[in-house]
Amino acid sequence: MSDWTLFFDGWIIAIAAVCAAACAIPGCFLVLRRMSLMGDAISHAVLPGIALGFLLSGTRSNTVMFAGAILAGFLTAFFSQWLRRFGRVDAGAAMGVVFTVLFAVGLLLIVRGADSVDLDPSCVLYGALEIAPLDLVPLPGTGLEVPRAFLVLSLVLIGNLLVLGALGKVLGIAAFDAGQAVAQRMHPELAHHVLMAMTAVTTVAAFEAVGSIIVVAMLIVPAVIARCYVVRLRSMIALAMAIGALSAVLGHLGAVELPPLIGRGSVPTSGMMSVAAGALLLITLLTNERHGVLRTAARRWRFRLQTTREDLLALAWRIEEQGTLPTGEALRSDLRAARRLSWLEATWSLGRLRSEGAFEPVEGRLRLTEHGRTAARDLVRSHRLWETWLTRSAGIAPDHVHESAMRLEHVTDEAMRAKLASESGAPAEDPHGRPIPD
Amino acid sequence: MTPGSPPAAAGAFLDVLLLANWNTRVVVLGVTMLGIAGGVVGTFMLLRRRALLGDALSHATLPGIVLAFLIATALGFSGRSHGLLLFGAAASGGLGMLAVHWLSNSGRLSGDAALGVVLSTFFGAGAVLLGLAQQRAGASVAGLETFIYGKTASMLVGDAVIIGVTALIAVACCTLFFKELRLVCFDREYARGRGMRTAAHDTLLMALVMAVVVVGLQAVGLVLVIAILVIPPAAARFWTNRTANMAVIAGAIGGAGGWTGTILSALAPGLPAGAMVVLALGGLFVASLLFGRRRGLIRRAIRLRRRALTMERDHALRAIWECLEHTEAERCLASQIAFRGGWATLRTVEWLDRSGLLVVEQLPGDLRLAFTPAGRREAATVVRRHRLWEHYLIRRAHFDARHVDRGADDLEHLLPVDLLERLVDELDADTRSMLPSPHALHPDREARGT
Repeated sequence: MSDWTLFFDGWIIAIAAVCAAACAIPGCFLVLRRMSLMGDAISHAVLPGIALGFLLSGTRSNTVMFAGAILAGFLTAFFSQWLRRFGRVDAGAAMGVVFTVLFAVGLLLIVRGADSVDLDPSCVLYGALEIAPLDLVPLPGTGLEVPRAFLVLSLVLIGNLLVLGALGKVLGIAAFDAGQAVAQRMHPELAHHVLMAMTAVTTVAAFEAVGSIIVVAMLIVPAVIARCYVVRLRSMIALAMAIGALSAVLGHLGAVELPPLIGRGSVPTSGMMSVAAGALLLITLLTNERHGVLRTAARRWRFRLQTTREDLLALAWRIEEQGTLPTGEALRSDLRAARRLSWLEATWSLGRLRSEGAFEPVEGRLRLTEHGRTAARDLVRSHRLWETWLTRSAGIAPDHVHESAMRLEHVTDEAMRAKLASESGAPAEDPHGRPIPD
Repeated sequence: MTPGSPPAAAGAFLDVLLLANWNTRVVVLGVTMLGIAGGVVGTFMLLRRRALLGDALSHATLPGIVLAFLIATALGFSGRSHGLLLFGAAASGGLGMLAVHWLSNSGRLSGDAALGVVLSTFFGAGAVLLGLAQQRAGASVAGLETFIYGKTASMLVGDAVIIGVTALIAVACCTLFFKELRLVCFDREYARGRGMRTAAHDTLLMALVMAVVVVGLQAVGLVLVIAILVIPPAAARFWTNRTANMAVIAGAIGGAGGWTGTILSALAPGLPAGAMVVLALGGLFVASLLFGRRRGLIRRAIRLRRRALTMERDHALRAIWECLEHTEAERCLASQIAFRGGWATLRTVEWLDRSGLLVVEQLPGDLRLAFTPAGRREAATVVRRHRLWEHYLIRRAHFDARHVDRGADDLEHLLPVDLLERLVDELDADTRSMLPSPHALHPDREARGT
């Protein structure tokens, strides 16, 4: 561990975690309502509000700048919505028009009015999380001193939780189904305005403390991750808050601990937080139960190997039916002639079957054991029953049913076999004249 | 951030307008060309409902730029080596684009969430790398900030040439592949059915956006390059419903915004050109929003008002006709029809009088109304139309006779007139004569059941 101090690093993590948790609440609704970029738009568009607040008050008084920023945030949400509804502008374009123009106004104001003073635009982008613990204010009634950013963000978090408690139901129903909300005599418009207000206040509070990057990342990314794991709104919000806090911890650890590995000093925590959140999302998308890329691939691969093993068993049965015993080599090459299969897969599957005790070696050849015969018989029975059914009941020509039966035999269970047999009148032979084992 | 010196006199003012100053000429032409390219390419992005892809892309270029800078300094080149930075920007922007594509196609993420995730993660990575670069290089990092805020005024001939070539290629591609791009925007399934390679054309579109973003970065900065892609098409949409016209208008608006913005910033000292370009575009957007010929607010308001007036007139004519029909008189009083739904207001009656459809006679406390021959003809058309719809609703849609009045009222104003001919056939009605009203015509509420 490099030079950690409980005071600095503790407070930075605490501020970042509270910020992430506060952002996750409106973030979940933004993601559900497909307005994910609203946070991005607002955090860019607050620039003129801040600049105007600064020019009007003449100081870097936080209250005035905060008020200006919130006002600008409201205006962004309001104008985007107005353009969308009354100007019939595409939702994304409406947002893009509003926030770029407001950002330009802000740049102009800063360059014209605040040129000589240190109102640094890069502060807006990256925030000042690293020096936030230095700005202490007394906590009323306790005599303790806490960083101002922590106090502000805690208040915002509490406020968001209160709004969630009071209006969570309306917000949720409006997010999923605005028509339903109207039918239940709720007000989806109200829900929209409350959400926009919550987003504006949270965005401004968060970006004043920690910069606009984390705001955008913390609004959306934890919510998107949570959405991959749970379906219920309340669990989604709770999970998103936890994931936000986790990425705060990981982000700060990464920012302090990773750069020394390549011989550099620490980097901005805010940037690392959004990278950490992005990494968590990547992991989620790769491993997620339902949609994870790796999980899906593993499932598919398992199925393929199982199919290969079953095909080997059925093949051995057919060869034994003709009164000979196959060699391992013959099984492999026959199967590879019938299916596109790599030598490695065929060998591995055969090896696995032997280790499971499905085959026993007899004079350099392989014979199915009792256990192997049972499995093979079921498969061949399924195959031939399907061929019979497809020919008799589905009216497919006998020379066209083999391929379909090859596929169907792998997903047929005992009950299905019984049903097939009774449907086809318990046949003793398949359409090709081969016996159906029982 | 100001090109040239502050204009001291009208001569200097003229110099700027006529682009006498070499430096001004380069900047103005460069930004104008960028605006044209952004407008044309952005049109397809807007129609493709991916207006904010430029937003995600421009943020996603940051890590590439900084990484290119770090690599360049590590290899001993100048960190400001332009081509390398542009290459870095394009590479990481392309990576971001692939990420957006993969995320939004992976099923669980909606398009906007995919954009937001890529935007914030890439930009965060850029901030981290920037933190590293600042430790190593210190002051020379300042050049990188150009990419975030833009430094239009310091544009060199080389930059302008790159922008010009990019703009030319972008416009040429959009013209050559216009049909394909339009299909990709509006109906991908149909395009695929026609055997077109939609994925290839999508990629072409993305590559064009990428090109505009990358060359635009240095001109107007990371945030404001979004404006060049988004605002001109959004403004052009108010003027036309045709894709080709929209692309041309968006290009014109983009070019005009670029031109005006840079000229303004050259005229007045201390106005950053990037911001002025966006504000000029914003001004053009507001003008289009108000005056646009297709979707502009004023046009739409006029259209609505006109429709409301026609409806009011029709209602008044029908009310008078029905009153006369009921009383079998030649004239009626305004008080007899005035209460019928509040349609026949005094203003409408005055208007009908002025347009020669009514003869109005002043009585103490009331008006006596009679049709002129033209008015009678006009009213007959209106009433006949109404009754055709009423009969249709009763016979085909099985409405109760007491309820058809309102239904027919909704239909007769909204559905096209040529449907009326079909109605006549459908009902075997006489083409000329007036139909009887299917419901009682007592001019009082109770009897009409309303």
